[in-house]
Amino acid sequence: MTDTFANAASRFINIGERTNVTGSARFKKLIMAGDFTTALDVARDQVENGAQVLDINMDEGLLESEAAMVTFLKLIAAEPDIARIPLMVDSSKWAIIEAGLKCVAGKCIVNSISMKEGEAQFLAQSRLVRRYGAAVVVMAFDEQGQADTAARKLEICARAYDLLLADGFNPADIIFDPNIFAVATGIEEHDRYALDFIEACKAIKARCPHARISGGLSNLSFAFRGNEAVRRAMHSVFLYHAIPAGLDMAIVNAGQLDVYDQLDPDLREAAEDVVLARRPDATERLITLAGRFTNSGVVAEKATEAWREFPVGKRLEHALVNGIDAHVVADTEEARLLTDRPISVIEGPLMDGMNVVGDLFATGKMFLPQVVKSARVMKKAVAHLVPFIEALKEEGAAPKARIVMATVKGDVHDIGKNIVGVVLQCNNFEVIDLGVMVPWATILQTAKDQKADMIGLSGLITPSLDEMVTVATEMQRAGFTMPLLIGGATTSKVHTALRIAPAYSGATIHVLDASRAVGVASTLVSETLCETYVEEIANDYADIRLKRSGVQSPLTPLAEARANGLKVDFATEPPVRPAHTGRWVEADFPLETLVPFIDWTPFFRAWELHGNYPAILEDPVVGAAARTLWHDAQAMLERLVQEKWLTAKGVAAIWPVRREGDDILVFADESRAHLLARLPMLRQQVVKREGRANDCLADIVSPEADWMGGFAVTTGHGIEQRLQEFQAQHDDFSDILLKALADRLAEAFAEAMHHRIRTQYWGYEPQAAPDYAALIREQYQGIRPAPGYPACPDHSLKPLLFDLLQAPEATGITLTESFAMWPTAAVSGFYFAHPQSHYFGVARVGEDQLTDYAGRRGVDLDQARLWLRPNLD
Amino acid sequence: MIAPSEAEAAFNAAIAERILVKDGPYGTAVQALGLVEADYRGQLSVNLDQKGNNDVLNITRPEAIAGIARAYLDAGADILATNSFNANAISQADYGLEHLVGDINRAAARILRAEADAATARDGRRRFVVGALGPTNKTLSLSPKVEDPGYREVDFDGVKAVYREQIDALLEGGVDFILIETVFDTLNAKAAAFAAMEAEEARQRRVPVMLSMTLTDLAGRNLSGQTVEAFWTSIAHVKPLTVGLNCSFGATELRPHVQTLAARVDSPILVYPNAGLPNDMGAYDELPETTGGFIRDWAEQGLINAVGGCCGTTPAHIAAMARAVADLPPRAVPVLTPALRLSGLEAAVFA
Repeated sequence: MTDTFANAASRFINIGERTNVTGSARFKKLIMAGDFTTALDVARDQVENGAQVLDINMDEGLLESEAAMVTFLKLIAAEPDIARIPLMVDSSKWAIIEAGLKCVAGKCIVNSISMKEGEAQFLAQSRLVRRYGAAVVVMAFDEQGQADTAARKLEICARAYDLLLADGFNPADIIFDPNIFAVATGIEEHDRYALDFIEACKAIKARCPHARISGGLSNLSFAFRGNEAVRRAMHSVFLYHAIPAGLDMAIVNAGQLDVYDQLDPDLREAAEDVVLARRPDATERLITLAGRFTNSGVVAEKATEAWREFPVGKRLEHALVNGIDAHVVADTEEARLLTDRPISVIEGPLMDGMNVVGDLFATGKMFLPQVVKSARVMKKAVAHLVPFIEALKEEGAAPKARIVMATVKGDVHDIGKNIVGVVLQCNNFEVIDLGVMVPWATILQTAKDQKADMIGLSGLITPSLDEMVTVATEMQRAGFTMPLLIGGATTSKVHTALRIAPAYSGATIHVLDASRAVGVASTLVSETLCETYVEEIANDYADIRLKRSGVQSPLTPLAEARANGLKVDFATEPPVRPAHTGRWVEADFPLETLVPFIDWTPFFRAWELHGNYPAILEDPVVGAAARTLWHDAQAMLERLVQEKWLTAKGVAAIWPVRREGDDILVFADESRAHLLARLPMLRQQVVKREGRANDCLADIVSPEADWMGGFAVTTGHGIEQRLQEFQAQHDDFSDILLKALADRLAEAFAEAMHHRIRTQYWGYEPQAAPDYAALIREQYQGIRPAPGYPACPDHSLKPLLFDLLQAPEATGITLTESFAMWPTAAVSGFYFAHPQSHYFGVARVGEDQLTDYAGRRGVDLDQARLWLRPNLD
Repeated sequence: MIAPSEAEAAFNAAIAERILVKDGPYGTAVQALGLVEADYRGQLSVNLDQKGNNDVLNITRPEAIAGIARAYLDAGADILATNSFNANAISQADYGLEHLVGDINRAAARILRAEADAATARDGRRRFVVGALGPTNKTLSLSPKVEDPGYREVDFDGVKAVYREQIDALLEGGVDFILIETVFDTLNAKAAAFAAMEAEEARQRRVPVMLSMTLTDLAGRNLSGQTVEAFWTSIAHVKPLTVGLNCSFGATELRPHVQTLAARVDSPILVYPNAGLPNDMGAYDELPETTGGFIRDWAEQGLINAVGGCCGTTPAHIAAMARAVADLPPRAVPVLTPALRLSGLEAAVFA
C-alpha cells in the first residue's frame, strides 16, 4: 500500500485554496476591503509553498464577485512569479467564470459545470469552455441532484463523459468532482460518504479513460470545525486511500497536511475507522478522542515581517536573498555571539545564503540588480566580522579560486567588469580587481604573485581588443597556462576565436555576460568538468576559424565601392546652411535639464535586464526587478541633481567644410582657404544588395561649400569622490548605479546639445520644446556619429576632433593612448545635417582601402593596420 | 452540421507529402517600391497621412500588391498570406480608416485569390491563400500604465469583435484559411481564434486556423511572458492547421525554440523567420543563400513542415528556401500521449 501510495502521490496535483473567499477568512477580509495588493501576496505564498494550480474563487454574497474576479486575474497577469502556474477559475455562477476566462492567457481549469440544469445548458457551457481553451471540472450533479452513492457518482460522470466526447471534447481535459461530503455528522446515512467517494474514483477511472478526478477536501471534516488536529488527520487518512484509488488533485492547503505515518496512532486509527466506515461506533470514538487534540497544531496566518522571527541563520539567508540590509549587522553580530569562531558565520549561514542566491540567479529566478544588492548585504556582514576574525588571526575559508581581473590598458570602462566581479564574489571566488587602464605587465605580475587560478580581461572600446591580444601574447611568452577569460561590450566569441585564442595556448574563453561568468569560472576549477569543457571550447573556436576562413564573403574592390556610393544630388537637396558657425562652451550645464533627455533602455541593458523602457517595468519576467532598480535609480538621480554631485561640461562647434574624395576637409572660415584638418572617412566594402549604396560619411558632404559640426560632453566630473565613499561603505550596488547613471546623463547631454545645435546654432529645425520620446527614437534630421563607432570606426580620429574643438581645455576630457575618454561618462562625435544623412556600419574593409587610408591619414601601413584591425579580416 | 473545407483536405494532403513554402513579407517589398503618400492615399478622402499604411494599398494600388504576390509565386511559394497585417479597426484607427476595414480585407483576399488561382491553373500545383491577422497594437494581458497594472486598454469582447469583422471580410474575399500571426499576447490570439470559431458557426462552414507566435527575447518568451510550450498549450484547443513561430529573430536564434515545438506539438509546424538580425541601422543584410542554408539544416533535422519569410526577406530569399527544402521530407508529426496539459506563463503537463 505504501509504495502504491508514494507512486500515486508523486503525481498528485496540489491546488492552492487560500485565494478562495470561501476557504480563507484572511483572503476574504482582504478582498472585501479592496486590498488586492496584499491579496496577491496570499497567491504568491501559495505558489511558493508548492501549489501547482491556483484556485481563485470570489463567491461571496456581499461582494461584486465578477468585478473582483476580473480585477484579481488581471493583477495576477502582471506578477510573473504567480502567473507562472495555471489557474483554476472557480465559481458557482457561469457569468463569473466566463468573465474570468476573458482575462487569462494561459490554459486554465474551469470549476465547475454540471448537468444540474439539464444537458442543453451543460453542453452549451462546455462548448464555451472549449472555445476559451480551458479544461473543466464537471460536478457529479444532475437534474435529480448531487450524487451521493458510488453508483450515482459513476452514473452521472459516465453520462457527462459520453456527452462531452460525442461533442468533440478532449477527454484529457475533463476533471470529475464526484463530491466529497461531510462524514461523522451523527447521521447514519452519511457514514459511507467517504468510502463511496473512494470506490467511485476507481469505477470512474475504469469507465472514463484519460479523465481526472478532483475534490474539495475541507467538506469531509466539516463536523470537526474548530479542531484542526482532527481535521488534518482525517484529510491525511482520506488522501492516503483516495489517491491510490484515482484521486488526481484536490483543493487543499498544501502547508497544512500531516504525513500519514507521523499521525498519532490512536488518532489515525480512529480517523481511518470513520473514513472507511469500518465500525458503527466510529464517529463516537473519534469525537471522544478529539477532546485530547483540541487547539493543537492550529497554524496562525503569516504575519508581516514574520521573517524577523526566524532563527538567525534563516534571517541572514532571507536578508541576502531579498537584499535587505537594515538588520544585517545586528543579525551578523547575533550569529557571531553564538560561535567561538567568527569565520564560521561566513562559512555557515552567510555562504549558505549566498549559495541560495547563486542558485536562484543561475536558474533565472533572480536578476542582476537583485544579486548586486545581495552582495551589498554580504559585504556589510563580512565587514562587520573582519576585525573579529583578524583578532583571532584565523585564516579565511578557502575560496573556490582566485581570479585577477582588469580593464586593459587604454580603456577606462568598468561597469561590466565590476558586475562580473560582484557575481563571482557572491559565488565564493576571490576576486583581485586591478581596476582600469592596467598594463599587461601588472596583470601578469599580479597573477604570478597572488598565485591566481585565472585572469579575466575586460574592455569596451575597439582598441582594447588589440590590447587583449597583447596580454595573451605576453602570457604565452611568460609561459602562463592558467585560463584567460575575455569579456566586455566590444568583445565577441568570434574575435576571441580568431585573434586572442591563437595567441595563447592556455584555455581562452569568451564570456558573454555576467550571468555566464560563474558557470564558466566554476567549470574551469572543476576537476571533473574542466578538461572536457576546455576541449569543447577549443574545438568550437577552431570551427569558427575554419568557417571564417572559408565562408568570409568577398569584399567589393574600393574603386567599385566608391562608384556605388550614395549619390546625393546637391542641386535638388542643397547643403543645410547654418545660422551660425563657431564654437560654444558649456562650463556648467544644469543637470536637471538633462534628466528628461535620458534614454532609459540602455540603462536597464547595463544591468542585463533586456527590454525597452517603459515596457520593461511591466515585463512578466524581469518587470519586478526592473521596477525596483528603477526606484533606486530615481532616488539616486534626485539626490545627484539636488546635491549636484556631478558637473556637466561640454563644447560644440560648426565649421565650413567640403568633401574631397572620401575625406572631409575642415576650414577656418567661409573662404575655405585655410585648412584646419583633413578627416579621412571609411567606406563600406561588403557586397550590397541591388539598390543599396556602399556608404561613407563623406558622401553626404558637398564637394563645394558645406558644413559639419563636432562636440564633446562629459558628466563625469565629481564622480570619483562619491565612488570612493561608496567603496568605503562596501556598497558596490550604489557604485555601479552611479556610474550607470552618469553614463546615461552624458548621453542625455549629447542629445540635449544636438537639440540645441539643430534648433539654434545650425538652426534648421524650428525652435520648440523637445519631444523627448521622439528624440530617443532619433526622429530628427541629422546624425551625430562618434569616432570609434560603426559609421566612422577609427578611434584615432578623436584627437583630431578634440584639437578642432579644443575639447580638453573646454571640458577637461582627456584621451588615453587608446583614445578612450576620461572621465568615462563622456560622449563626442561629429554633426551632419543633410536630410540624407543616416547611421550605418562600415564593417569589414579590404587591404586596398587600408593602404589608401594610410596614405590619406599620413601614417605607415602598420600604424593604420593597428587602428583599423577590428574592421580587417 | 459544419460543411467541411475542401482546401483544408488538399492542404493536409500536400503538407504530409512535402515541405510547403509560404511567401515573404509585404512590408519589405512595398518599401522597395519607394511609394509616396499620394500613392498610398489614391482617391481616398481622409485627413490623416497614409504613408506607411501598407494595408490600404490593397484598394489604392492593387496592382502593386498583385505584383509582389506574383514575385513570391515565381519564387515557388505554395502559401500566400494576405497583405492585411494591420487591416483591423484598432490599427486602422491610426490612419482614420476604420470604416474601410471590410473593403481593405476583401480586396486583399481577392488580389491573392486571383494570383494564386492563376498560378495553379498554369502548372496544376495547388496554391493556398490565407488571411493574415496581426496582433493589433493593443494588448489584452498587459497594462500600458506602469502605476496601474490592472488597467487594460481593450477587453476580450472588443478585440474579438475587431477580429470578427476582419475574418468575415477575408472569408468573403475568398481566403482558404485564417492565419493568426506574430502573436505577442496569447490572449489576443485566443480572442482571434474565438472569433474564427464564431465565424465558422455563423457560416456553417469550416474555417481552418493557423497560428504563429513571436518571441520578444532570446530565452523564448512572448511579450505576455509565455514560453513557446505554454503558448502551444494555450492555443492547442484551436486544433490549428499549422502552428509555429515567425518574425522575432533570424533562423539561427529561432532554432532552439523550433526544436522545442517540433518535439511537443502534434500539428504541422510552419516557421517564417526574419532575414537574420537587423544591422545597426535596422536593415537586414542576410543574403538569400545564407537563409536558405539555415532552412535546409532545419529540414534535414526534420523540424519543419512549412517555411517562409518574415521581415527583411525577399522573393530571392523565398526562392532560396524553396530550393533548400525541395528534396527533403517534411517533419513527421508526432502522436502525443493523452495528458492534462495546462499553462500559466509556463506549461504544466500532468501525465
